Amino acid sequence: MAGSNYLWLIPFFPLLSATLLMVTAGQLPKKIIGFLGAGSIALSALCVALQAQHFLASGEIMQVTLWTWMSVANFAPGIAFYIDGLSIVMMSVITGVGFLIHLYSLEFMDDDSSYSRYFAYMNLFVAAMLLLVMADNLLLLYLGWEGVGVCSYLLVGFWYRDPANGKAARKAFVVTRVGDAAMALGLFLLFTELGSLDIQTLLLAADSKWQSGDLIPTIATALLLGGAVGKSAQLPLHTWLPDAMAGPTPVSALIHAATMVTAGVYLIARHYSLFLLAPITLEAVAWIGLATLLIAAFTALAQQDIKRILAYSTISQIGYMFLALGVGAFSAGIFHLMTHAFFKALLFLAAGAVIHCLHHEHNIFKMGGLRTRLPIVFWSFLIGSAALAALPFTSGFYSKDPILLSAWAMPNIGSYLWAGGLLGALLTAIYSFRLVFVVFFGEAKTLPNKQPGWKMSLPLALLCLLSIIGGWFVLPLDHVFPAYSHGEINHSVEIISIATPLIGLAIAYGLFLGKQLSISGFTQSTLGKALQSFCFSGWRFDALYQLLWVCPYQVLAQLWRNEPIDYLYRGIVSLMQWSNEQLSKLQSGELRWYATSMVFGLVILVLIMLRSLS
Amino acid sequence: MNGLQIPLEHVLIIASFMFSFGLLGLMLRRNIIFMLMSLEVMLNAAALAFVAAGAKWAQADGQIIFLLILSVAAAEVAVGLGLVLQIQRRFKTLDMDTAKRMRG
Amino acid sequence: MSLALLLGILLAGGLVAWLSERWHKDLPRWLSLVTIGLALLQLVSSLNVLAPDSFTLVPDGRDASSWLIHYQLAWIPRFGISFELAMDGLSLLLVLLTLLLGLVAVASSWTEIDFKPGFFQANLLWTLAGVCGVFLALDLLLFFLFWEVMLIPMYLLIAIWGHENKAYAAMKFFIFTQVSGLLMLLSIITLAWQGYVHNGYYSFSYFDLLALPLDSTLAYCLMLGFFIAFVVKLPAFPVHTWLPDAHTQAPTAGSVLLAGILLKTGAYGLMRFSIPLFPEASMQFAHIAMSLGAAGVIYGAVLAFAQSDFKRLVAYSSVSHMGFVLLGLYAWNSLAMQGAVMQMLAHGVSTAALFMMAGALQQRLHTRNMFKMGGLWYYMPRMGACALFFAVASLGLPGLGNFVAEFLILVGLFAVSPVMTAIATLGLITAAVYSLWMMQQTFQGKTQLATKTTASLQDFGGREMFTMAAMMLALLWLGLYPQPVLDLAQPVIDSLQALVTISPQIAEASL
Repeated sequence: MAGSNYLWLIPFFPLLSATLLMVTAGQLPKKIIGFLGAGSIALSALCVALQAQHFLASGEIMQVTLWTWMSVANFAPGIAFYIDGLSIVMMSVITGVGFLIHLYSLEFMDDDSSYSRYFAYMNLFVAAMLLLVMADNLLLLYLGWEGVGVCSYLLVGFWYRDPANGKAARKAFVVTRVGDAAMALGLFLLFTELGSLDIQTLLLAADSKWQSGDLIPTIATALLLGGAVGKSAQLPLHTWLPDAMAGPTPVSALIHAATMVTAGVYLIARHYSLFLLAPITLEAVAWIGLATLLIAAFTALAQQDIKRILAYSTISQIGYMFLALGVGAFSAGIFHLMTHAFFKALLFLAAGAVIHCLHHEHNIFKMGGLRTRLPIVFWSFLIGSAALAALPFTSGFYSKDPILLSAWAMPNIGSYLWAGGLLGALLTAIYSFRLVFVVFFGEAKTLPNKQPGWKMSLPLALLCLLSIIGGWFVLPLDHVFPAYSHGEINHSVEIISIATPLIGLAIAYGLFLGKQLSISGFTQSTLGKALQSFCFSGWRFDALYQLLWVCPYQVLAQLWRNEPIDYLYRGIVSLMQWSNEQLSKLQSGELRWYATSMVFGLVILVLIMLRSLS
Repeated sequence: MNGLQIPLEHVLIIASFMFSFGLLGLMLRRNIIFMLMSLEVMLNAAALAFVAAGAKWAQADGQIIFLLILSVAAAEVAVGLGLVLQIQRRFKTLDMDTAKRMRG
Repeated sequence: MSLALLLGILLAGGLVAWLSERWHKDLPRWLSLVTIGLALLQLVSSLNVLAPDSFTLVPDGRDASSWLIHYQLAWIPRFGISFELAMDGLSLLLVLLTLLLGLVAVASSWTEIDFKPGFFQANLLWTLAGVCGVFLALDLLLFFLFWEVMLIPMYLLIAIWGHENKAYAAMKFFIFTQVSGLLMLLSIITLAWQGYVHNGYYSFSYFDLLALPLDSTLAYCLMLGFFIAFVVKLPAFPVHTWLPDAHTQAPTAGSVLLAGILLKTGAYGLMRFSIPLFPEASMQFAHIAMSLGAAGVIYGAVLAFAQSDFKRLVAYSSVSHMGFVLLGLYAWNSLAMQGAVMQMLAHGVSTAALFMMAGALQQRLHTRNMFKMGGLWYYMPRMGACALFFAVASLGLPGLGNFVAEFLILVGLFAVSPVMTAIATLGLITAAVYSLWMMQQTFQGKTQLATKTTASLQDFGGREMFTMAAMMLALLWLGLYPQPVLDLAQPVIDSLQALVTISPQIAEASL
């Protein structure tokens, strides 16, 4: 069951299950729905495992074309797959973590009336995500790209009866669509210049056609970056992700933490050789990553909603991945993508368990003391936070450390990037342990009304394991990316990088648990309050965009609502009516007026005749 | 029968004056009887011009046309007076401005 | 002969359906179905006798005998007017679309029409006949005749069976189309006269009038005559204002036909007549036409978002989508033209479905105001799912026909004008805004309806689900395996391109 002939099975199972669930429209018994929903992902994961084993054994890059999608002139993208080490890593994460989240969902969504719809969307998402990472051409990738976008829209707005959820879903879709539009333009440019959308062909052609620093690859990569920024919630298109937490928590874990939001990272990594031709864009990637990770980390510090904290931390962590890509450490970026998928999925699922067991409470300050009451969840959260904060020997440590060191090794700007990343790491440690200390320690404010069952506990346990040992995985990326070494690094730099999260942990302890430190004097001051509300609102990006884009668009729509163009035609109609009125006045019925006008008419005619005679 | 005794221009001037007065009458009077009379004056002006021209060139055509005009005028008076009777009967007035029905 | 028979079946079927209402009021719709079915059969059987490879041969645009089917009968020989019908891959696709959407239109009006059902079906069939005639006629005067034939029954459909403001909408539709049609007639007659001057005999045949050596100013004016007639029908910015009114007021079947196929006659006309008859003039004009297209894309999308009436929203989305067609046609390369053909088909299906949805909503709720709906998914999940499908189709989700169309258009256009492409790409964002807004206002959120209404709501039944499912499958097929359609259209596009050897870029450079 391994080899390129069986590749189609991988996206096929989730797609089939999604179709079945949609067509039956909730008429199936619940057991079968669950069986289909989670089972299809399990089958898919099994296929991926077989393929991965085959790939690792043979190292053979698999390519298969199922059919030619469309063929016009020289434009002939296929429904075709290209599987190398990078795809294998992505597929494993998607189906592996995906399966655990589906398993968890079986219990989490148990009392929801739209059980079937939920699994249909989730399966559809997995299928689209798989297509995205398996695609051998940009058009199929774009199909997956938009497909996951729509599924994200559907799942964020899953509880559609609350208009707020619908708004969040629309925001998520439209904001990412802005990036997608840029990406589409990039596709047009690449095809027009290179004559193919086939990724490998395109990269080769680009290498031979362009020199590093040329204008066209810079524009093309900038446009692709637009797409990546939108999907991966980076500055300036990151505002949708915190709102997207309106969806069910497993959705946040799967889509808005582990898989979809990292698609941008995948896109850049997949086209790394194109980005190498555009050093300006690549540097922009690094700076975007840095800015995003800092802004998001600061924002996370001020949040109170458990899911929003995690959402901002996701944005921040993807910022690290962008930073890695930007400094050319592609493997490190993908490695962090994988470990992040593990520990962030773990954190979200644990948060979901807290919410599930605590009457759908989201505010962390109404929780507390859950350490003893929800022990499994506590340990999951602790391990996840440790990995997120990159404490030594967790998977996060092994993936974040190389990023910081690679940033340091960057010529000219390296030390700035490193320092920024380090500050981010410090903040990460603070906000993640703030979460742990506030939610699980201290006095209990709300008591849990149930305990997670095995379907929720098992995925938590497995993800805990992955979050710890994930750092030792060796990814088959050697043949994908050029060999990268950051060379000799000063030992003090390494030590500072390792020590920073521990300092952050200590600060968090001092602030939120031991109470040795107090910043209440600062937070109560006017400046402190202003700063806090500034961070709480996510640096006012929403307000800014509301002012810049949303309001003008709405005003424009309202102005145009009654069709300004039609006034032109209505004007013509009015003119006709007016002239009709004027002319009909001539038909007064007065005999004398008729006679008079006839005389004058004759006089004029005679005059004209005389003129023409002379 | 050796042509016209007085200059043709004089006759034509009289004819055009008659025509103009007739026309003015038609345009200014509101009573339909006066309008009919004005019409007659105009017809007669035309007829006068024809007769004078016929005499000037010693041709019979002018007189023939005069006879035609005479009969047309007679027919017109017959029809016109009939209409006047009808109008009087319907509108109880001979003022054409109050009797207008054809409005656009 | 077979093509004439096809038109004859539709015209006669209409007459029979009209008469049949005397016996039973359900009879006309069944007869209507049977008639369209017969016409389809007739089409298929006339294709069956053709050699399989004739579909892939590139027809010579100037030689009638190289087309799939050609039929000519003298009509007014003194002026060289004949009853000339011909079919190539493009007409075949569009006639097929016409007949299939005809079925949809009948299905969507199944329970809606109580008043004079026979005359309704007759008008419906006559519209179909007119549209098929437009797609098949190659004598310019005959083309004009069919252009009018499709107009009048459509006018009656709106004026008799429309909604509250039907008289105004029908009159607006009629005047816009008629005035622009007269401009076209003027152009046709002048063109034929030029043909007489040049050839020494009168002819209105497409083949005789192609490649006439015309004075460039005259050609430009004549081209404008055709162009205006076609873009009014398309409709393109800024002559689109009849469309929202007509669509909103028309009965469901009327909207389905209007959006699904009548708009396509405009695009077809541009592709078949306006551009090939006046290649240089058209290509000099291309940048203006493309600007209109791009303006339409954005303008339509913004206005769609501003609407509160479901049908009006869909109508404006049509303006936006047809803007893409205009862009694709004037880019005049294989990719963009294939995209334009694809857009005609995909938009025909997706918009027809949305109008059917609007009709179903109106029938159930007696309103089209979206602010009075909301949360309908809960009561009618099947309907909601269908609406969702066609909403995402209309915003251009990959895997569905509209995406293939828009992508091909844009990728082809990019080679000609990157700026226009960038503007049109904004349409992808705005399309998402209005499509999702529509879903939110109707099917999601809290319901604004009275409990009495919601209690009696009925989800889609078998007939409606069957129609919807068929259209969904069609869009999926167009989106995932459009090759058969592309293959059918490719020879036609090649032959059209052989007629127009100049590209818009060159034309612009020479200005």
